[in-house]
Amino acid sequence: MMFAPAPYLLKDVSVSKVMAQVCLALLPGIVAYAWLVGPAILFQLIIASLAALGAEAVMLRLQGKPLAMFLTDGSAIVSAWLIALTFPPLAPWWLVVTGTVFAIVIAKQLYGGLGQNPFNPAMIAFAVCIVAFPALMSQWPSVGLQLSVSDQLQVILGLMPRVDALSGATPLDAMKTALKLADGNVEVSHLLANQDLYGNFAGRGWEWVAVGYLLGGLWMWQRKLITWHVPTAYVAALVAISGSLWLYNPAQFANPLFHLLSGGAMLGAFFIATDPVSGCTTPRGKLIFGAGCGLLAYIIRVFGGYPDGVAFAVLLMNLCAPVIDLLTQPPIFGMKDKS
Amino acid sequence: MLMNLFKFKGGVKPPTNKTQSVGLPIAQAPLPSSLIVPLHQSIGGTPRPVVQAGDKVLKGQLIGEADGWISAAVHAPTSGTVRAVAMHVQPHPSGLDALCVVIEPDGRDEWIDRQPLDYSALSPEEVRERLQQAGVVGLGGAVFPTHGKLTASKTVPMDELVINGAECEPFITCDDLLMRERAEEVVRGVGIFRDLLQPKKVLIGIEDNKPEAAAAMRAAVQAVGETFEVIQVPTLYPAGGAKQLIRVLTGKEVPASKRSTDLGVQCFNVATAYTAWRAVAHGEPVVSRLVTLSGNVQAPRNYEVLIGTPMGELLQLAQPQPDTDGIIMGGPMMGFLVPDANAPVVKATNCLIAHSAQLFPPKAPEMPCIRCGSCAQACPHELQPFEMYWFSRAKNFGKTQEYHIFDCIECGCCSFVCPSRIPLVSYFRFAKSEIWAREREKKAADTAKERFEFKQLREEREKAEKAEKLAKAAAAQAAKKAAEAAAAAAAENAPPADAPAPTTEQTVPVDAGMDAKKAAIEAAMARAKAQRAAAQPRNTELQDAAMQQEVAEIEARRAAAHLTDTEATTPAPAKEKTE
Amino acid sequence: MEILLAIAIMALGAIVLGAALGFASIKFKVEGDPLVEKIEAILPQTQCGQCGYPGCKPYAEAIANGEEINKCPPGGSEGVQRLADLLGREVKPLDAEEKPKAVALIDENTCIGCTLCIQACPVDAIVGAAKQMHTIVAALCTGCELCLPPCPVECISMETIGENIDNWKWKYPVVEIRPELRQAAASQEAA
Repeated sequence: MMFAPAPYLLKDVSVSKVMAQVCLALLPGIVAYAWLVGPAILFQLIIASLAALGAEAVMLRLQGKPLAMFLTDGSAIVSAWLIALTFPPLAPWWLVVTGTVFAIVIAKQLYGGLGQNPFNPAMIAFAVCIVAFPALMSQWPSVGLQLSVSDQLQVILGLMPRVDALSGATPLDAMKTALKLADGNVEVSHLLANQDLYGNFAGRGWEWVAVGYLLGGLWMWQRKLITWHVPTAYVAALVAISGSLWLYNPAQFANPLFHLLSGGAMLGAFFIATDPVSGCTTPRGKLIFGAGCGLLAYIIRVFGGYPDGVAFAVLLMNLCAPVIDLLTQPPIFGMKDKS
Repeated sequence: MLMNLFKFKGGVKPPTNKTQSVGLPIAQAPLPSSLIVPLHQSIGGTPRPVVQAGDKVLKGQLIGEADGWISAAVHAPTSGTVRAVAMHVQPHPSGLDALCVVIEPDGRDEWIDRQPLDYSALSPEEVRERLQQAGVVGLGGAVFPTHGKLTASKTVPMDELVINGAECEPFITCDDLLMRERAEEVVRGVGIFRDLLQPKKVLIGIEDNKPEAAAAMRAAVQAVGETFEVIQVPTLYPAGGAKQLIRVLTGKEVPASKRSTDLGVQCFNVATAYTAWRAVAHGEPVVSRLVTLSGNVQAPRNYEVLIGTPMGELLQLAQPQPDTDGIIMGGPMMGFLVPDANAPVVKATNCLIAHSAQLFPPKAPEMPCIRCGSCAQACPHELQPFEMYWFSRAKNFGKTQEYHIFDCIECGCCSFVCPSRIPLVSYFRFAKSEIWAREREKKAADTAKERFEFKQLREEREKAEKAEKLAKAAAAQAAKKAAEAAAAAAAENAPPADAPAPTTEQTVPVDAGMDAKKAAIEAAMARAKAQRAAAQPRNTELQDAAMQQEVAEIEARRAAAHLTDTEATTPAPAKEKTE
Repeated sequence: MEILLAIAIMALGAIVLGAALGFASIKFKVEGDPLVEKIEAILPQTQCGQCGYPGCKPYAEAIANGEEINKCPPGGSEGVQRLADLLGREVKPLDAEEKPKAVALIDENTCIGCTLCIQACPVDAIVGAAKQMHTIVAALCTGCELCLPPCPVECISMETIGENIDNWKWKYPVVEIRPELRQAAASQEAA
């Protein structure tokens, strides 16, 4: 007779299915992204995925873990996609590969692989690359740049010289630089009026990518893949700090909507800060974690040296997650009135 | 039912699979070829067997006497002959053996003289004793002796009595059928509990997927003229857990560290109420119970089954499919695969599910935890299962207790939802049993230490006392000598330096005593050796005539040896003494 | 001048912190030697003397003074592990064979009632009187085997406590990720 422990009925869930749904939830954002900058992003997604799977396979092999089981769990793909979506779409292929390999090898597998990484691998990749290759990491395609599919591919593969048109900036970066250069002589509303750069209500076109992420995130919440705590706290904190500074001086600080819908704010709120492995797990902990990410992201992007602060905010909060979890253990059934 | 229901957090909704086995009414299972009745069927002390192999027993006759207050008696399930009181495989995940009374039925199924009682004429103590003597235990699966739960807290008034008819586990329908067919007796049994506990309200909770049972219970409550409330609770596993049902019906949360009576509430299963009524009003001890046979079978149905019926034999009634590869006792969420189909049905057996790989696909390999938190959301006790899992896995048991591992009811919700297919409950069971083992060891070590220290203390004291005695004796001797010497000196000029005399005088008898003792021991040793040599063959089984003859010879030799031994040894000490 | 100021500040800091440390060392002083107690808590209290010390407490004191931690067979390799964890020392293989837990059993047919075992038992787990049959209170027996050598008729044997339903433990769930590791662990355990 065999021995298997209860329960014998199991819900039809698996890590692969969870990861596949996360990828599915990224699709609206990816579609908007591709519509905005062309198929370059799709190339980057493929490059990052291949690099991630390759790096994962080598590392699993070295550790003697079963390849099939871990390569199909989808976690490497999710990390790869997040890396591709946070890197400039026309970044050279080797930059994406470097970031991805670093994320998988150093940030994930060397810490023990799936479920063991203290930091979000995708954000590690972003942080490492923006520190190591600051110029390449801030070259975003200029607004209105129209490149054919083959040209985009050639730029990524390094077969075509990187022209000036490639070295634009994100709306966040542009805003920051403009405000800094003008040294208080330019008003935010003035800058935002520039439809070529800032689009309808946040960034030209970029806001639609953010809305795509928002949709995907809401779907994940509806599917119970994530809870409401992190995104809500994140958005609330971001709105609170950007709103109060905006009310204090609307000339020098952009409105909350701009901050919500530009840069990695939405991707961070729903896809990065919600990463359960490196984030908090208790309900109160998630609120603190999300709020911390939102606050730090704003502080870094507005007052810090980098154009966007989501990556560093998430990494800093990753550091705090174990302590937050420890201090926010929820009271258990029957022990609520005491502790 | 305008009652305001509460909710418990977490819970899951596995497919209920209950419709298969409710189509047919309860049937009586036929007498099996033999009945194996384990003595230990409830929480608490193991009952002592009061029958021997060869005894004739009647149905309902006491075969195991309750040992202590938290223990319940065990009875013969049918009339017949006791074949053995021996170790037999148990319906337990370990597959280990325990003491059982094996009865061969005589086919007459003849009852003992049953004495119905009017319990209203009895004192509460007498009713509780009756329940203990009748072996009434919680039939929801916990098998806690019912009489032990029928004492209200002295300080907290009893607010609610909760009767559990929720039956939330998939596949199991025995309580459903019991309420449909025997509602009146259930209600009367609840009446006994009500009279003993004197609660303000009696709430009968039934999951809303059993409307027929709820209707039957309502009708029965009316028919009996009681004021119990029959409440349909939302179907959500594990709503039938006692603590969850108490929460849903009363809003009270009972932690592991408290008894429910401390919060003024108590909970019983409907089947327990039924057996309590049968025991009190009909004088029938618990010798059978309803068992659902379901799963991979052609004819799922509920049967009234005698305790002790071998499971494999019983399951044949439901015609298991050819690919059946095991039997699950209990539900698919909290039950276990019975390691041996010869294991008997016990009071805790509410359901047997024929297992097949098709019905319950084997679990996918375990992946690492991704801390997704699904388990924490599903946990009805609001624990953090993944944290307990880390620590259980690392064997850091202190930490698991900090995360309240003993509040875990092992309902299996966490394992059910885990995308990494981690057998979380197995880790918790492992950690709990390790902690219990360690506590046992610690307790044993503490006792040993205490006793060792006491022994040392005692030896010190004895030594001190002895020294004191010796000193006193020596002083007395010296005084005597001095007096004698003085007397001698006074009489004549005595020979001087008589000082060592007392010591020699003292040591001689001691030595002689020691020698005598040694000799006695040696003699006894020789005697014992002979005895042992002679005694051992007696324990071997006699098989043939040649051997028997040999034994007879040995016996003769032994008798001789015994004689010579005593002759040879008895004079020895005397001889030594004379020397 | 600035240098003097800096020195003064540092000196002041040193005085304040030193005072705080001194105060703390008096205020939070721990009585006795808790290390010995902690070690003793790990030792199984069989008082068997197999370590070469007359009881668990003397061995605990010896460990605290640098004695090896692998001399306690009843504690087993798990005990060595826990001592190593407590003391931050290296885990060493047990300096003896690890035996399953057992209790002593007196063959009552052979016992001559000499009381020698009663005197040897460190935990007073043997009852009996001179020339009367002795018996062992199994619940109190630590399995130290100290009663075996003094028995003149060798009527005491050690009975292994097997697994039964009351002491049965749920096993560690099998981790499936690296089967070869599990096999290695199993063979190591068997060895």
